[in-house]
Amino acid sequence: MLGFVVRRLLYLIPVLLAVTLLTFLIASLLPGDLAYVILGDQATPENVAALRHDMGLDQPIWWRYLSWLGHVLQGDFGRSFRTGQTVLQAVTERLPVSIELMLLAEITGLVIGVPLAIVCAAKSGGAFDRFMTGTAFGMLSVPTFLSAILLIYLFAVELRLLPATGYVPFSEDPVGNLRFLVLPALTLALAEWPGIMRVLRSDMISTLQEDYIALAKAKGLKASRILFVHALKPSSLTLVTVTGINIGRLIGGALIVETVFALPGIGRLLVGAIYTRDLIILQGAVLLVAVGFVMVNFIVDLLYAILDPRIRHGHA
Amino acid sequence: MATLELTIREEDVTAAFVPRPRRLGVLFWIAIGWMALVFAVAILADILPLPSPTDMDMLERRAPVSAEHWLGTDGLGRDELARLIHGARISLVVGLCAPMIGFVIGGALGMLAGYVRGRFETLVVGSMDVLLAFPPLILALAVTAFVGQSILNLTFILGVLGIPAFMRVARAATLTLARREFVIAAEALGATHARILLRELLPNVLLPLVAFFLLGVAITIVAEGALSFLGLGVPPPISSWGSMIGEGRESLDVAPRLAFFPAFAFFLTVLSFNLVGDALKALTDPRQGAL
Repeated sequence: MLGFVVRRLLYLIPVLLAVTLLTFLIASLLPGDLAYVILGDQATPENVAALRHDMGLDQPIWWRYLSWLGHVLQGDFGRSFRTGQTVLQAVTERLPVSIELMLLAEITGLVIGVPLAIVCAAKSGGAFDRFMTGTAFGMLSVPTFLSAILLIYLFAVELRLLPATGYVPFSEDPVGNLRFLVLPALTLALAEWPGIMRVLRSDMISTLQEDYIALAKAKGLKASRILFVHALKPSSLTLVTVTGINIGRLIGGALIVETVFALPGIGRLLVGAIYTRDLIILQGAVLLVAVGFVMVNFIVDLLYAILDPRIRHGHA
Repeated sequence: MATLELTIREEDVTAAFVPRPRRLGVLFWIAIGWMALVFAVAILADILPLPSPTDMDMLERRAPVSAEHWLGTDGLGRDELARLIHGARISLVVGLCAPMIGFVIGGALGMLAGYVRGRFETLVVGSMDVLLAFPPLILALAVTAFVGQSILNLTFILGVLGIPAFMRVARAATLTLARREFVIAAEALGATHARILLRELLPNVLLPLVAFFLLGVAITIVAEGALSFLGLGVPPPISSWGSMIGEGRESLDVAPRLAFFPAFAFFLTVLSFNLVGDALKALTDPRQGAL
């Protein structure tokens, strides 16, 4: 196990370095000079040249990358030239909102998807199974921003049950916080459950044909116990896989949902930074999100290895 | 007699092995029909007797459905139907062109990686891992922010983001095919690498790639819609379904149809590409019931 962890960790180093390089290149090589953006209307050639010199933009590109990387490794991601806030401050301030949103969404997605998958697998080919598989397939074609509009229309405009936009921190008003998060989390969950259900369903159909399930039936165990305990356990690996694959989409979805519902999370920070052309915040936040994403994938890989010994020993 | 028996048995065998044509179903043809309709109106948008999609009429803002404006007008008094049809163009152009980039580059890289193996394969898979290290929508947003909004940039970015997925499909198919008898036979006959790649492997890799291409179109249309919805896709005043839904959000309480018409067209189109892609994938994938 230790050997596996070390191997994966060593592989992370070049990937993370390449991620910093790509983030830097996107921000530096592409047209649109930072100095022009900062100076805006007052940009004269002399001003721009002076500012470029102050910011080190006239240095060769490899030197700028190395010095930027040096700062990043010390935890200095730069400072917004609009608000004066450091990237790290801005991100840590907003991270809890995004994490709460994504956790709630994933839990809701599991709560909808897992029972449906079990019921469908138990009577696969039946009317309910066919109806739910069809619905899940249809839901895969409903992107987050569509369901967001639909839910806002239904619950905020027509029924007036829930607020469409706004946010209060959990520590100030737990009930209010959850009220603001219901629609955003539900929106994301609507995109999550079809994937969970489809994969788990096909997985369980094959599990239910195993001999030990027949044995459990022969022993006279209750159908619900067989389904929820005996059949679900071997599918835990599948659930981890689906969740792992979904994280990238979940982050993208959270970005849209945060923008639509005006939640002060990382996604809104990114979109806001684009609207105001706050390139330092954008660069730093993109890098932090990508690093976080790589780390989460790394943890998912470790979870596989714990759940399935074959992966640890390189047989799978 | 012996020959007769043999022929009979042979017939039996062939009859048993003829793959039963899998039914494509009514839904498949409805999806094809909708796709054909969207293609037709998108191509003919300039010929059709439609009002201009960008002409504003401040006296007729959010006008209801009428003989003059079949689907009413939007918040700036622009004809909704015309915008919808011109929006189909954007979705289709970006949705079809971007996966082409992934198809060609990703497919070629994947085949080479699966065939050449060794260091080259490690390099290709490694660089794809770097691209996959970014959540796709975030990378697309960041790049658009720096290069600026245009249809060309959008297509290019979404296309590059599709390369890793196509690479994986092509590499996986090549890996299994490269060990098959017909490839070994071609090698034994002294065929060049180029010939093996183009004449032996490519025809077999093409089918799964084409099926994946259709799913790629659906994914790209969704991504384009999401970017335009956020106001970071195609620049205004060009209409795109995503930006129309985004603009419709502002008037959900007074004129929800402004969001719902494009949303419905968007949903049907994505669903159609998913349905057709899924049906073709099932045809090329011998594993029954595979996802």
